[in-house]
Amino acid sequence: MIRFKVNGVERTFDGDADMPLLWYVRDLLGLTGTKFGCGMSLCGACTVHKNGEAIRSCITPVGTLAGAEIVTIEGLAGNELHPVQRAWMQVNVPQCGYCQSGQIMQAAALFNKKKRPSDQEIDQAMSGNICRCGTYQRIRAAIKAAAEVKA
Amino acid sequence: MRAIENVSRRGFLKGALASGAFIIGMQYLPKLVHADGAASANGISDTVFRPDLFVGIQTDGTVYIIAHRSEMGTGIRTTLPLILADELDADWKRVKVEQAIGDARYGSQDTDGSHSVRDFFDVMRQAGATARLMLTQAAAAQWNVPVAECVADLHTIVHRPTGKKSGYGELALAASRLPVPKKEELQFKPKSAWRYIGKGTPSLDLKDLCTGKAVFGMDAHIDGMVYASIEHPPVLGGKVKSVDDKEALKVAGVQQTVALDPFKPPHAFQPLGGIAVIANNTWAAFQGREKLKVEWDDGANIAYNSVEYKKQLQETARKPGKVARNAGDVDAAFAKGGKIVEADYYVPHLAHASMEPPVAVADVRADKVTVWTATQNPQAVQSEISRALGIPKENIICNVTLLGGGFGRKSKPDYAVEAAILSQKVGRPVKVVWRREDDIQFDYYHAVAAMYMKAALDDKGKPTAWLQRSVFPTISSTFAPNQTYGSGGELGMGWTDVPFDIANLRVENGPATAHIRIGWLRSVANIYHAFAVDSFVDELAHAAGRDPLEYLLEVTGSPRNVDLKAIGYPNYGGSAETYPLDTGRLRRVTEMAAEKAGWGKRKLGQGAGLGIAVHRSFLTYVATVVEVEVDGKGKVRIPRVETVVDAGMVVNPEITRAQFEGAAVFGTSIARTGEITATKGRVDQSNFHDYRVARMNDAPVQTNVTIVDSSAPPGGVGEPGVPPFVPALCNAIFAATGKRVRELPLSRNQLGA
Repeated sequence: MIRFKVNGVERTFDGDADMPLLWYVRDLLGLTGTKFGCGMSLCGACTVHKNGEAIRSCITPVGTLAGAEIVTIEGLAGNELHPVQRAWMQVNVPQCGYCQSGQIMQAAALFNKKKRPSDQEIDQAMSGNICRCGTYQRIRAAIKAAAEVKA
Repeated sequence: MRAIENVSRRGFLKGALASGAFIIGMQYLPKLVHADGAASANGISDTVFRPDLFVGIQTDGTVYIIAHRSEMGTGIRTTLPLILADELDADWKRVKVEQAIGDARYGSQDTDGSHSVRDFFDVMRQAGATARLMLTQAAAAQWNVPVAECVADLHTIVHRPTGKKSGYGELALAASRLPVPKKEELQFKPKSAWRYIGKGTPSLDLKDLCTGKAVFGMDAHIDGMVYASIEHPPVLGGKVKSVDDKEALKVAGVQQTVALDPFKPPHAFQPLGGIAVIANNTWAAFQGREKLKVEWDDGANIAYNSVEYKKQLQETARKPGKVARNAGDVDAAFAKGGKIVEADYYVPHLAHASMEPPVAVADVRADKVTVWTATQNPQAVQSEISRALGIPKENIICNVTLLGGGFGRKSKPDYAVEAAILSQKVGRPVKVVWRREDDIQFDYYHAVAAMYMKAALDDKGKPTAWLQRSVFPTISSTFAPNQTYGSGGELGMGWTDVPFDIANLRVENGPATAHIRIGWLRSVANIYHAFAVDSFVDELAHAAGRDPLEYLLEVTGSPRNVDLKAIGYPNYGGSAETYPLDTGRLRRVTEMAAEKAGWGKRKLGQGAGLGIAVHRSFLTYVATVVEVEVDGKGKVRIPRVETVVDAGMVVNPEITRAQFEGAAVFGTSIARTGEITATKGRVDQSNFHDYRVARMNDAPVQTNVTIVDSSAPPGGVGEPGVPPFVPALCNAIFAATGKRVRELPLSRNQLGA
């Protein structure tokens, strides 16, 4: 039996310990904001936070999560949207939007550590996340706007 | 066009009307069933006033507008309703948009070919104007004043002389009892009165997309559904020889395996066949598949090897082909001599690789089917499932979710048919989820193409003769066996419509047999045709010792309409009168892009260069200047792109700009690493490690999009940004390094010193 928290809610799991967190949150908890893109940690669509760090849920077995605090896109906002989410809206980042949960979670982990990252730091943090619609320049602009964006 | 009909006045609905509530048949009710099992409530189906299929008004003033085309990131779900809302003079904040189910009464819902705005701009305006006039008439009747004294003003009708006002909601019921005005009675708002068109409105799904609430095909869920993952025959046309599912069935959560029949040629939109693993969650289905042992009878396409195929295409491109367009006498002009320039170009197969792999949920109950899927083409979902299951189309409801990208792949409903077949076989709702590997290996691939170009230049460097020949497996091979020549549609994409002012010009196409599924991908045949034509013009400019921009303009010639009636040029379905091929517009975008990029005016550093290309596709004119920096190791950086777009009248400039920013990234993926190959009929690539697409650190750093102010009829915006990008990039690489890229992708070229 594994105990951990998802978006602040205590969860227990006694199924296949190899099941990736991605499928646990999607199929078992019905939290579908986290997306399946590649299953191999290549695209970042499945990015969530584990103890504040961005991780790829598609290759993270639930069995490794004892005591962990997991946050998905559904749990990112508190009473109001996270600054990164607000910046995403201000800059009109999404096109199809499928990858954007992962992009936002990746960017939020960066923002929570550093409010004003350099271009190089943004590239480094974000280049594991693919956007096939090609919203990269707006993603960069939104990350830069996040520190200033109003509620 | 279908006549607008006041459905509230249909005789069979009179009973419902008498009670003051208006219900339209349930088949119109778009329902998205989510994890909680709740259907969308208070939709357009029970609005009081519904003068048209596309709009309904509730007594509380809520305006419902139907989005009948699929949202895959182009913003069409926002843009089309916005046109209607503008003409209705509705308050956008009080508009709710509902996604249509598949229904032929909406007209075409096949969301591809960049023609949603072009085809439905007038339809949306007419629907909005009709509703507005009826509301106005209802108000005038209530106040007992002439209609001419009443005007619409943001969700209210105002009696001008007295200032009396009445809201749309208050008028909805009275309006629903009026006869529908004729089209001739409608008055359309002048451009100066537009509230939304041309102004830029963000996607109505923006907040949901930023909070994880948006529902894609991958997120569709209905109670009691099981999950399926399918092992397809690795070679097109292959069949199962034997299967051992003992180990698969031992996987926790796996319930059963189901054999799917192979298709009967032509494959068209049919499923590929194979073995499905059914499980109680997606992961278990994937795990079960890993344990399947299947022996295949591969069939004839096992002979397909892309290395040999490339050679064949290139050889064919060097032999006389079928003439698709001919002007003057090319052979005689070549015989006269001059400077002869020849070049061969090559573009490999490409995969769509939308971020959301193909996915569908189907629930088959006796003779009724309900589907939830990410599709560009819900009516094809209906007809293909009808064909596969023998259930009438009318009994098949296709709910359209948001699409996590489409790029043409999701016009083909094979994956939705798989879900329906499986649901029928297992007697439960089934969700079919393709893995990324399935998506990359069982795509409808963008065709591999070889192009041969030849020109003779006079002593001033001007082409006196021009020959171009392309060879590629045609999309027609998907629908009819033994098709080997390009269709008029494919050849009409940047090939027969080469717009240059050259007296002796011949356009040819050679034969090629398809061995994998061929389909359309964002901008289709324009990708390889524009690459060859725009690269070759650049080559000729350099051969003539001329500036590429100046040379491109000279070859484009004076402003004129290029007459292609003689060859039956399809012109993307647009008439030559409404949408002429206007070289004046080509010239203007070319000149503007050059000016924005500082062409000839900026001093670029060592290893840096600018390249230009111009291309008309989907009735839109686009010129792109790409700036590159190539280091000593051949690493290419793209610091800046300038794109100028003349798409005629643009409804949503904000979303349009985003489409062209994205097209530059899509083009970057094609150029840098886009390559699907096959060995023994099997596609070699499988996921994003070996089918690489552009990431932030290799995408253009800044793409500036300039939209030409125009009142010309609208062209497309989703696709036309792609074709000129790749040749502009390769021309820039030549300017920076002196190395000419004739074969894509760049990763196959040695660009270092």
